[in-house]
Amino acid sequence: MTTTALPLAVRGLRKRYADVVAVDGLDLEISRGECFGLLGPNGAGKTTTIEICEGLLEQDEGEVSVLGMSWDRDEKALRERLGIQLQETQLGEKLTVIETLRLFRSFYVKGMDIDQVIARVQLDEKRDARVGKLSGGQKQRLALACSIIGDPELLFLDEPTTGLDPQSRRQLWDLIEEFKATGKTIVLTTHYMDEAEILCDRVAIVDHGKIIALGSPRQLIESLGAEHMVEFRLVEDQATDLPVEQLRSLDGVRDVRVLDGGYELRVAELHRAVPALLAALAERRLELSRLTTHSATLEDVFVALTGRQLRDD
Amino acid sequence: MYSSRSRGGNFAMTSTPPTRHHSSLHELSYVRLREFLREPEAVFWTFAFPMLLAIGLGIAFRNKPAEIVHIGVVQAGNGDSTVAWLRQSKALAVDEVPTLDSGLAAMRNGKIALLVVPRTGAVVDYQFDDTRPDARTARLLVNDAIQRGAGRLDRVSAHDSLVREAGSRYIDFVIPGLLGMNIMGGSIWGLGFAIVDARRKKLLKRLVATPMSRAEYLVAFVISRLGLLIAEVTLVLGFAVVAFGVPMRGSLLQLAAILLMAAFGFGGLGLLVASRVQTIEGISGLANASMLPMWVLSGVFFSSENFPRAFQPFIKVLPLTATNDALRATMLRGDGWGAVAPELAILAVWAVACTWLALKIFRWR
Repeated sequence: MTTTALPLAVRGLRKRYADVVAVDGLDLEISRGECFGLLGPNGAGKTTTIEICEGLLEQDEGEVSVLGMSWDRDEKALRERLGIQLQETQLGEKLTVIETLRLFRSFYVKGMDIDQVIARVQLDEKRDARVGKLSGGQKQRLALACSIIGDPELLFLDEPTTGLDPQSRRQLWDLIEEFKATGKTIVLTTHYMDEAEILCDRVAIVDHGKIIALGSPRQLIESLGAEHMVEFRLVEDQATDLPVEQLRSLDGVRDVRVLDGGYELRVAELHRAVPALLAALAERRLELSRLTTHSATLEDVFVALTGRQLRDD
Repeated sequence: MYSSRSRGGNFAMTSTPPTRHHSSLHELSYVRLREFLREPEAVFWTFAFPMLLAIGLGIAFRNKPAEIVHIGVVQAGNGDSTVAWLRQSKALAVDEVPTLDSGLAAMRNGKIALLVVPRTGAVVDYQFDDTRPDARTARLLVNDAIQRGAGRLDRVSAHDSLVREAGSRYIDFVIPGLLGMNIMGGSIWGLGFAIVDARRKKLLKRLVATPMSRAEYLVAFVISRLGLLIAEVTLVLGFAVVAFGVPMRGSLLQLAAILLMAAFGFGGLGLLVASRVQTIEGISGLANASMLPMWVLSGVFFSSENFPRAFQPFIKVLPLTATNDALRATMLRGDGWGAVAPELAILAVWAVACTWLALKIFRWR
């Protein structure tokens, strides 16, 4: 009915709690068929934002349009067409996988076949197992199954892989990719940069309730003007002997950050910057205690924008 | 590398018509019932506990044969006939004690209820504690036996016809009370815990993120309670009738109607109690606080008539009082619909008012 409407459009969104502003003027436009990620540290306002979009929280200010409809007028119709996975839901432990899915399926007028969904999330062998006996990854796959059982046009996933082991995370990523391949729209939140880079067509980096950068993971990383990050430390008694200005003027170096006991260089061309760095150190008779390099990631984008790490753990 | 699509296929193609699926009210009710039955402790408290309680009370308060009262007589010697007269009474067991002091000691130990001290001349002294019911009974029996022995003539001839009828025993009184208490406990604990647990685990929030009807979610709780109620009542009542011969004088339909209204009334109360609480500790306290006054006041183990008259209007409108009164009227006295109509109305008001208020203030997130 509203095929031309954007799956999700948010304008001037604000939400404050008693002592803190969780969302502080946020705009979003998400197009059909894209996987969009809200990336930011814990407490950035991602969950508040997504829950307002899901119609579970009410905003203080701003407009939210979902599939061209509004929560005030069209809640019932919207619930039929959305899939939602919350950050922390414990499904009934005493029910089996199939019973849980039958229950969720019964809420929707139309939706997917239960057996096919079970196959899709690879829980065939666990269909008659109690939810309480499932592993963390299996529980999360069941939660995903519950959120897609109504065959939604738009799927919201709030931290879909938080707390899972690496193998379970990859398994979930595959499932989300598969869902995306059917042309459905996905909005997810995460504080894992690798998750955002792998799954998302576009990413909004959120900090203190605001979007501080928006684009594809590639664009965001390129906006650093640097492909690589070089981190090094000097032996202890020489730690302060190196002027930042000299590092900044080295061939291929875009920016320099002083770390606790070391330095981080944002570098466009690794093959020029590293020899230049080594030459500069040799000239000053300084000795390295550590030297690492990695390709720039969204984490580095976040650090460049805020001066803080995405994850404090 | 992560985008490998391990199993082809298409999410969008898999929509099926809804015919294969049950309605969500059906699913919600069944899910609730299954969850309950998979909780062994809950099953025990609902089914076994009231039966054990009935057995215990049935044994403790079984009707014993008319009790023999033990009394003492201080030996008087020289052909005193007091002891002989007393031995004529079948209701008395007479112990002769050598001295007044040893007699008083036996009374303090509870071995005898009354001590008879014959004096010179036609005088006798009764030593007893008039606050002890058995001592007052002993005083009547002893005096009767002595006066008769001494030649008293009764002016009116009295005949004893013994009546021991089912329906007037303690077990008959207590079974409807246990039934009422069990419905109350089952509804308030059953609904309270399940709802607060779902809220605590964010399951409520997850459910309202689907198109599920909120009213159906709550109605399903009451429906699943009704299913359990049938099993519970059949078990407890059947046991009471078979094991203790508790009478069932009124119509079963009327009994069913009372139980149904009670389930709705306490169901509403359960919803209300659980409507905002977020922790298990919170619901434990609130559930107990809501039930405690009724355990005491509503005539489960002893008649609510024992409380002062000023309290009675308040006690009468409590849902457990209404349930117990209506059950007793139906089971023990065989009263008709007219007699239980006020109680049914009281329960209906509780059901509607509590459910309405619960829905108003219910915390779904």
